Amino acid sequence: MKILVPVKRVVDYNVKVRVKADGTGVDIANVKMSMNPFDEIAIEEAVRLKEAGVATEVLAVSAGVAGCQETLRTAMAIGADRGILIETDAELQPLAVAKLLKALCDKEQPQAVICGKQAIDDDANQTGQMLAALLGWPQATFASKVVLADGKATVTREVDGGLETLEIALPAVITTDLRLNEPRYATLPNIMKAKKKPLDTVTPDALGVDVAPRLKTLKVAEPAKRSAGVKVADVADLVAKLKNEAKVI
Amino acid sequence: MSEYIAPVRDMQFVLKELAGLDQVAKLPGCEEATPDLVDAVLEEAAKFAEGVLSPLNVPGDQEGAKWADKAVTMPKGFKEAYKLFAESGWTALQCEPEWGGQGLPKVLGAAVSEMWKSANHAFSLCPLLTNGAIEALVLTGSDELKKTYLEKMVSGEWTGSMNLTEPNAGSDLAAVRTKAEPQADGSYKVFGQKIFITYGDHDMADNIVHLVLARTPTAPEGVKGISLFVVPKFLVNADGSLGARNDAYCVSIEHKLGIHASPTAVMAFGDHGGAVGYLVGEENRGLEYMFIMMNAARFGVGLEGVAVCERAYQRARDYARDRIQCTDIGVRGGPKVAIIAHPDVRRMLMSMKSQAEASRALAYVVAAAHDAAIHHPDPETRKQNQAFVDLMIPVVKGWSTEIGIEVASTGVQVHGGMGFIEETGAAQHLRDARISAIYEGTTGIQANDLIGRKMAREGGATLKVVIGMMRALDADLAKQDGEHFVAIRARFTAAVNAVEKAGDWLVKTYASDVRSAAAGAVPFLRLLGVVAGGWQMARAALVAQAKIAGGDADPFYVAKIGTARFYADHLLSQAEGLASSVTDGAAGVMALADEMF
Repeated sequence: MKILVPVKRVVDYNVKVRVKADGTGVDIANVKMSMNPFDEIAIEEAVRLKEAGVATEVLAVSAGVAGCQETLRTAMAIGADRGILIETDAELQPLAVAKLLKALCDKEQPQAVICGKQAIDDDANQTGQMLAALLGWPQATFASKVVLADGKATVTREVDGGLETLEIALPAVITTDLRLNEPRYATLPNIMKAKKKPLDTVTPDALGVDVAPRLKTLKVAEPAKRSAGVKVADVADLVAKLKNEAKVI
Repeated sequence: MSEYIAPVRDMQFVLKELAGLDQVAKLPGCEEATPDLVDAVLEEAAKFAEGVLSPLNVPGDQEGAKWADKAVTMPKGFKEAYKLFAESGWTALQCEPEWGGQGLPKVLGAAVSEMWKSANHAFSLCPLLTNGAIEALVLTGSDELKKTYLEKMVSGEWTGSMNLTEPNAGSDLAAVRTKAEPQADGSYKVFGQKIFITYGDHDMADNIVHLVLARTPTAPEGVKGISLFVVPKFLVNADGSLGARNDAYCVSIEHKLGIHASPTAVMAFGDHGGAVGYLVGEENRGLEYMFIMMNAARFGVGLEGVAVCERAYQRARDYARDRIQCTDIGVRGGPKVAIIAHPDVRRMLMSMKSQAEASRALAYVVAAAHDAAIHHPDPETRKQNQAFVDLMIPVVKGWSTEIGIEVASTGVQVHGGMGFIEETGAAQHLRDARISAIYEGTTGIQANDLIGRKMAREGGATLKVVIGMMRALDADLAKQDGEHFVAIRARFTAAVNAVEKAGDWLVKTYASDVRSAAAGAVPFLRLLGVVAGGWQMARAALVAQAKIAGGDADPFYVAKIGTARFYADHLLSQAEGLASSVTDGAAGVMALADEMF
C-alpha cells in the first residue's frame, strides 16, 4: 500500500510573526521555517504504518518554493521513502494545493492520503477536505487513531461530544489531529540517508493545474492590544461592566 | 522561565562564513558535510537539545545523582534521555565509520556538542568522556581491544570514563600510584584508588569502559613510568556478551558546587583481589597517549564556556524583556519599561552576547583547522593547521571557560535579586560553569602549556603566523569608512600590537626568567583569547557588511556589526592593560615572601 503525505513549509511555531507595515500580510523574511506540526504527525503515522508492515511506500509531497526541499528532507529523515516537490513561487491557496495533489494522486495512485488537518500559518483547514472531494474519495478528518486493514480505514476522530469512529473504504483522505501520535526525533543516520533518497521536482504547469489565487486578501492586522485591567468596587459593579462594557453577559 | 533555543542562525553563520565549512566539505573523508546536510543536522540536534535535554537541566540539578551500595542512580529521566540520545545516533557523529561512526567533521561536531552543553551541561559530560576514551582506543589500542570495545562505545550502548586523578596526583600526574601487575594470560591486575572520575558509575548504559593510568612493577619513577589500561565494569566474553562483574567499584560520589546530575566518582580498583585490566599500546607511554586525547577533551571543555555564555545570555535576555521596572532614564512620569531599555542592562546583555559570539567563532574556526590538520591531502597544510590548533586549544579552553563564569555571573546580575534565587535558573548556570575552568587542566595549567610548550619551545613561530593573519584583516577593515568600522579597526590594531609585544616579551623571558614569564601566563592567555575573539568578530562584521551591501536586509547582519563594535570598545580595549600585566606584572606577583601572605 502506498501512502501519500503532503507536507507544508510554514513559519516555525516558536516564531512570533509581525504584520507587514502595509497590512498586506505577515513578514516572513529571515524567519525560521519548519514543517507544519500537523504534517509531522501525518508523516509519523504513515511511517509507523510502514514499519508495521501495513504500508509499503511513503511518499512525501510539498508544494511551494525551492526551500520546501528542506521540508521534504525532514520528512524523509523521519522515514518517508521519497519526495516530490511541486515547485512554484506563486501564492498557493488550499484549493490550488488540493488540485495539485489531485493531479499527483491520479499519477501515483496511493491507497491513502494522510495529511495534517490544518497548517499553522493560515489555519485554513480545507486542503484535505477539498482533495477528497476532487478525487471523489471518502474522508475522515481530525483523526486521533487510524487502523488500515482489508481495504478499509477505521478512523477515530475527535468531535465536540467525545470520540467518533468511522469506517471508510480505501482509497481515502485522512487528516490528523494533535493526539494521533507523538512524532519521533529523526536519528542522525536517517538524516544522512535522507540526503540520498530520491527527490523529484515538477511544476504546476506540468501537472496541468492553474494555481492562480481565487481569494483576495484585503487586509492583515495585528490583534488588538489588551488594555490594562481595572479594579471593581463590588459584584454589582463587575456585573455591570461585564454587561455594558465587555458585553459578554 | 526561559527555555533554551539553539542559536542555529549564528551557528550557521559561523560555520559557513568564518570557519569555512565549504572548504572542510572538500577535504577527503568530509564530503558528507554539505550545507544542506549540516543544516538538517543542526535543526534536528536543536530539537533534541531543546525538547529532551534542556527540560532535564533544572530537575537534574535539584535531584542530583545518588549513590548507594557502590552504585550510582541518575536523576529521573536521564536514563531514558540517554537511551534516546544513543539510539538517535548522536554519540557516533564524529567517530570513525569503521566502528559504526558517521565520520562527520569536528567543526559540525563542535556546533552540535555546544547545543548539548548549553541544554544540559551535566548530561553532556557522559558523551564527552566516552568520546575521549574512544579517541584513545582508536589511536593507541590493539586490534583486539578495538574489536571488543569500540563499536559498543560508538553506538553509545557502553560509555567511557577517564581515570587519571588520585588524592595525591591532581595536576601533577607524575605522582600516580595505582599499580598494575602483569598476569600469565597477558592481562593485568589493577589496584588503586582514583578520584574525581566523571561518570565513573551510572545506570544509563550496560557497561562502562574505564581508562586507567597505573604503574607496572618495573616502571621508572615519574611521568615516564605511567601506563594506560582498559578496565571494564563488566568483563566481556569472547562472543561480545557481558561476563563477570570486574573489581572496579564506585565507593562514593562527591557533593559539588554544580553539575549535580553528573556523578563524580571515587573509584576503587582491586579491593577484592584485583581489577582485570588490559594494557593500551605500550607500557610506560600512558601519559603520552593521554595527551593525545587531552587536546580533544580540552577543546570540548572550552565549548562548555561558549555554551554557558549562550545559555546564560538567553535567560538574562528573556528576563530583561519581561521584567518591568522604572521609567526610561531621563523620562519623568513616563510609563514603566522593561529593564532591557536601561543602558546598564543593555551593556550587560551586550557583553554576554558579544562574548558568546566571539568565543563560538574562535572555537569553530579552531575545529575547522583541526579537520584540515587531519584530512588535508597536503602534509605542509596539515602541519600548519595542527600548529594553529595546538596553539589555540589552551586559549579556547582557558579563555572561553573563564569568560563563561563571568558571563554566567553577569546573567545573575541582570536578574537582580531574583538571580540569587535558584528558581530563576540563572544561579545554576554560574554554579555549573565554575568547574569548566578547573577540570581537564586549570586555567593556570592551560596558560603554562600556552607559553611553554606552544610558544617558547618554538620561539613563538606559530603565534607570529597568527598575528600575521590578524594583521592581514587590516586592509579590508581600512576600506570600510562607517563609524563602527573605524572604531573596530583602531581597537583591533592596538590589540594586535599588544599581543605581539607581550608575546615577544614572554618568549624572550621564558628562557631567562621562567618564574616571571609564568607570573604573566594567565593574563597572556586572556589577552590572546580576547584578541583572537575580536579577530573573529571583526571578520564577522566584514562579512555582515558585504551582505548588507549586497542588498540582504536580514537584521542579523546589522546586529552582528553592532555586536562587533561593542566587543571592540568594551573587550578589545582591555588588551593593552592585559599586555602590561604580562610584561610588568611579575614584580608585584612575586613581591611578598611566603610568610607575608
